[in-house]
Amino acid sequence: MGKVSVIPFGPQHPVLPEPIHLDLVIEDEKVIEAIPSIGFVHRGLESLIVKKDFNEMVYVAERTCGICSFGHGMGYVEAIEHIMGVEIPDRARYLRTIWMELSRMHSHLLWLGLLADAFGYESLFYQCWRIREQILDMIEESTGGRVIFSVNKVGGVMKDMDSAMLSRFLDVLTDVEGQIRTIRKVFLQDRSVQMRLRGVGVLTRQMAHDLGCAGPFGRASGIATDMRIRGYGAYGDLDFEPIISTEGDSYARCQCRIDELFQSIDLIRQAVGKIPAGDLSVPVKGNPDGEFFMRIEQPRGEAVYYVKGSGKPNLNRLRIRTPTFANLPGLCETLKGADYADVPILVLTIDPCISCTER
Amino acid sequence: MSAFLNFTGTLLKNLVTKPVTKNYPEEPAVYPERTRGHIEIDIDQCISCGLCVRSCPPRCIVVDKGAGTWTINRFDCIACGYCASKCPKKCLKIVPGYQTPARKKEADTYRKSPEVMEEERRKAAEMAAKKAAALKAAQAKKAAAAAAATPAAAAPVAPAAPAAKPAPAEPAPAAPAAEKE
Repeated sequence: MGKVSVIPFGPQHPVLPEPIHLDLVIEDEKVIEAIPSIGFVHRGLESLIVKKDFNEMVYVAERTCGICSFGHGMGYVEAIEHIMGVEIPDRARYLRTIWMELSRMHSHLLWLGLLADAFGYESLFYQCWRIREQILDMIEESTGGRVIFSVNKVGGVMKDMDSAMLSRFLDVLTDVEGQIRTIRKVFLQDRSVQMRLRGVGVLTRQMAHDLGCAGPFGRASGIATDMRIRGYGAYGDLDFEPIISTEGDSYARCQCRIDELFQSIDLIRQAVGKIPAGDLSVPVKGNPDGEFFMRIEQPRGEAVYYVKGSGKPNLNRLRIRTPTFANLPGLCETLKGADYADVPILVLTIDPCISCTER
Repeated sequence: MSAFLNFTGTLLKNLVTKPVTKNYPEEPAVYPERTRGHIEIDIDQCISCGLCVRSCPPRCIVVDKGAGTWTINRFDCIACGYCASKCPKKCLKIVPGYQTPARKKEADTYRKSPEVMEEERRKAAEMAAKKAAALKAAQAKKAAAAAAATPAAAAPVAPAAPAAKPAPAEPAPAAPAAEKE
């Protein structure tokens, strides 16, 4: 029995992309408990809803997070569209889906790079971000922003992708698919990588279910929760199955996310094949009166948007439940019993987005 | 053994190919056409309606109609392009090229050229004159209508009749004169 000590971890730490503080109770280099504290980047974005027009708020909602920005904007506008009973054009639904999947790819590639960096594989880290750069270029070319897209509006989208652009993107994605296949081998077959990931931070299916884990973190433990099955956007017209794994360790989480990259490429291909011609948006009149819960699948998992309006331009309430918020209890559970040296990797495997969580 | 060689192919390829990054300041960055870099204004087209001020999410635009200025605090601007989509004269545009760093957070002010201001003042004066004339005409018409209506309507009402009768009688002849002008 060793001496129990408490080591503060974060909010500033080389492996942490975002500020979360963990008090790690350590005994013999093993973590026996992790106590999280958040609140370092709270910006009060939700309360802005009472001050700003609901159309303006799209831009604020998008800026909840720098990585899953498009998802936040999309979740918010779809909630408003449901309240107002606006039926957006089919082309807008497909365009939103394509952008959402591009955003998922750039988020997952970013995460793979950070994971490689966390287990000390610098060249793999750069390789991942090099691939991600091509996705960012596509996003910039089609929307005008690299991470903040700003193409959503209540009633549709603001920018179009013509067929020449879409076919060029598909060519790039074919190239990117080959590159991801190469790094997939490294992540899943390299012995040194496996030694850092296999059997680390196991979360059983029951545990993940009880703690309400979302997204790839929950799917790696065998919970097939994928909000895209609900069929918002154009997902209802596309054919896909949630990618799940049963092992529940860090390796399974990595595998889930890599395979989701291929799934995203496949979804974009399907969407480009089916995209109809037509308008980009419909005019919206009046103000939202009512409330709605919108659930969408973001790169990190299920996000919930609760919007309530009372027939005025300023809404009454906006509440965003982000996937990282749902995954924090799961993280604390996986940290129990882990080696101290594995803590950075375990924190990364939930793909923490603390700025989202604190809004 | 092959497990160790997974990355070797990529590694060797990277060794013999050119870097993917650019030697940035020497080699200028190329932005796509749609890049939302910063807001530009064609100030002489601006009608100082103030829609951009009210639509701006961070409230970084100030418009002074009297002075003919349009001011933007570029360090607060989030380059969302909402003002450009709201502009009725389409004189706001979002163009590539990011905001350059600076030592002080200073706002950029754009001033309308004196000719445009003069023209605007002239037009405003013209409009005001027209408006005044129209108002006068409308008042006269109303008075004339009232005058026509009073003899029939006012007859049964005893106390109101003496007061109402002389009042409309006076502006009635003025009505055709105002219309002629």
